[in-house]
Amino acid sequence: MSASAPAIPATRPPIGPQTPERLHEVITPEGVPVRFAVALAGDRVGALILDLLIICAVLLVIWIPLALLAGMSLIGGDLVLAGLLLVTFVVRTFYFSFFELNWQGQTPGKRRLRLRVVDARGGPLSADAILVRNLTREVEVFLPLLAFAGPETVYPGAAVLVRVLAGLWMLAFGFLPLFNRDRLRVGDLLAGTVVVRTPDAILLDDLTTRPEVVSPAEQVAPPVFSPEQLDVYGEYELQVLEQVLRGEGTPGHVSAVLAVAERIRKKIGWEGPATHDKLFLQTFYGALRAHLERRMLLGRRRAHKDQRID
Amino acid sequence: MSDDVSGQFTLKSAAFRAEREASWRELESLLWRLQRHGLAGMGANDLARLPVLYRATLSSLSVARAISLDRNLLEYLETLSARAYLAVYGTRRHLGEAVWDFFRRRFPRTVRNYRWHLALAAVVLLLGTAAGWALTHADSERFYAFVGSAMAQGRGPTSSTESLREVLYDRQGAARMLKTFAMFLFSHNSQVGLWAFAIGAAGAIPAALLLFVNGLGLGAFAALYGSRGLSLDFWGWILPHGVTELTAVALCGTAGLVVGGALIFPGREERLAGLARRGREAGVLVLGAVAMFFVAALIEGLFRQLVHSLPMRYSVAVVSAAVWIAYFLLAGREQQ
Repeated sequence: MSASAPAIPATRPPIGPQTPERLHEVITPEGVPVRFAVALAGDRVGALILDLLIICAVLLVIWIPLALLAGMSLIGGDLVLAGLLLVTFVVRTFYFSFFELNWQGQTPGKRRLRLRVVDARGGPLSADAILVRNLTREVEVFLPLLAFAGPETVYPGAAVLVRVLAGLWMLAFGFLPLFNRDRLRVGDLLAGTVVVRTPDAILLDDLTTRPEVVSPAEQVAPPVFSPEQLDVYGEYELQVLEQVLRGEGTPGHVSAVLAVAERIRKKIGWEGPATHDKLFLQTFYGALRAHLERRMLLGRRRAHKDQRID
Repeated sequence: MSDDVSGQFTLKSAAFRAEREASWRELESLLWRLQRHGLAGMGANDLARLPVLYRATLSSLSVARAISLDRNLLEYLETLSARAYLAVYGTRRHLGEAVWDFFRRRFPRTVRNYRWHLALAAVVLLLGTAAGWALTHADSERFYAFVGSAMAQGRGPTSSTESLREVLYDRQGAARMLKTFAMFLFSHNSQVGLWAFAIGAAGAIPAALLLFVNGLGLGAFAALYGSRGLSLDFWGWILPHGVTELTAVALCGTAGLVVGGALIFPGREERLAGLARRGREAGVLVLGAVAMFFVAALIEGLFRQLVHSLPMRYSVAVVSAAVWIAYFLLAGREQQ
């Protein structure tokens, strides 16, 4: 590199700041890679808390009538207690497995937060995997909770040092998801599963076929851009522009359009007729997309504006 | 690229979208209905359409990745394909069918696969029992070190021989209590079993330790009763359900050993892949063990109150052992 040439920052992230998500790729049997966004740790915790609340609610609904029956001595107290212990164990242990089996890898909490369990290698999610990933919850969640609530029940008579070490070890177990790329907890490792986001995507109108572009608000011919002007930007900038144009109705949209239009005019050295900002941006978007898609078809993609044109 | 008078571009990607959009929308509504109503609520036509639309959308995704820079379109297709993929290749089994298959084939086959791990777990458990027996035999005060208070139910070296014998043959008071106690034991044992499996993920050592400690408690009890000349009665009390229960404990330990082994000795597989495969099989063992704990609790809670003759108790123990051995050796052998 010569001293006079400006250094080209080649490492600019080609992903927009609006998608800081980790992707998990699965190859379908048809041979097409499908990408899932790995669920965020916060969403996972949220789903877990929701599910735990539901479990508590279900248990209360079962406990209260049974306790009332026992109170009125309609059925024996010991039988009630035995029933309670059994029901509690079954609900607590199999709640997650039951729903994930019947709801295709979702529990009520996961469904609410649009999360789903999938097989890490792209196969069908087997019943074994679902059971295994949920059986380990005992150690990851309930055991640490129990250990903090009542250390005597978990390690009776242990020395303080042992307790601290055991506590730390359990914490490491529970927080394992934070230390790996796919946010896998111990159960996921053992079962070979990943929890992914399955948001409801909405297909919006194509920006290049929107009526505003076809019938301009002002009776002016839409601007026409030269290839040199279109070579200023790459795909990253195109998609940021798309984001801005699609932000209609959100606060700050008008000022964003104004600022972006101004910036682009300056950058490409626009000397054509003054056009309405929105029309200008939409036309520029269409032209830039056509330009970049043509490059793409020729196998000459350009990820962002700092990439050299070959 | 056409560039007409109005400066309006007809993009290839826009034309592509116009051509395919109807089938995406159809798939979307199909998936929505599937989630709402489940498989049962879908007509035969819809079910036949699903894989067709899924493949069409998947091919649209491939094309869109190659020709389109419309981010919204790409994200939409990506998400739609992912959802359709999960609907087409997701779990399809009914719970009942899965449970039947589990006990008919999966569980006994897995136990046979890991017979050496099971043997090792049994040896560790027996070693623990022997150690607990020997140590308590030498100094009866150690009983308290090995047996928790909930387990001991007030029994200990200071209890009279009569009261110890009473627990073994109690008819009324304790009979009622025992129903509860059996359930308590069931959930407690299952819990310990789950722990044994899950801490296997921390290497095999904790699982082995847990087995050993369980053995210690049993050995301490045996020594306590042995010191009062009640050995025969004690084993007659323990074994009818103990055969089942101890096998289940050993199976949970086995699961821990399997997981720990996969972690430490990955063999020829990639470590994570091996862990996932053997982890699933270990899960099968634990689940089977939980079912066995339940059977043990039933024997303990019901049968033991009704039958007080020693020969009967021992014959039940022998029969249950024979049943389990036959089950693990023979079940699910066909079409393997």
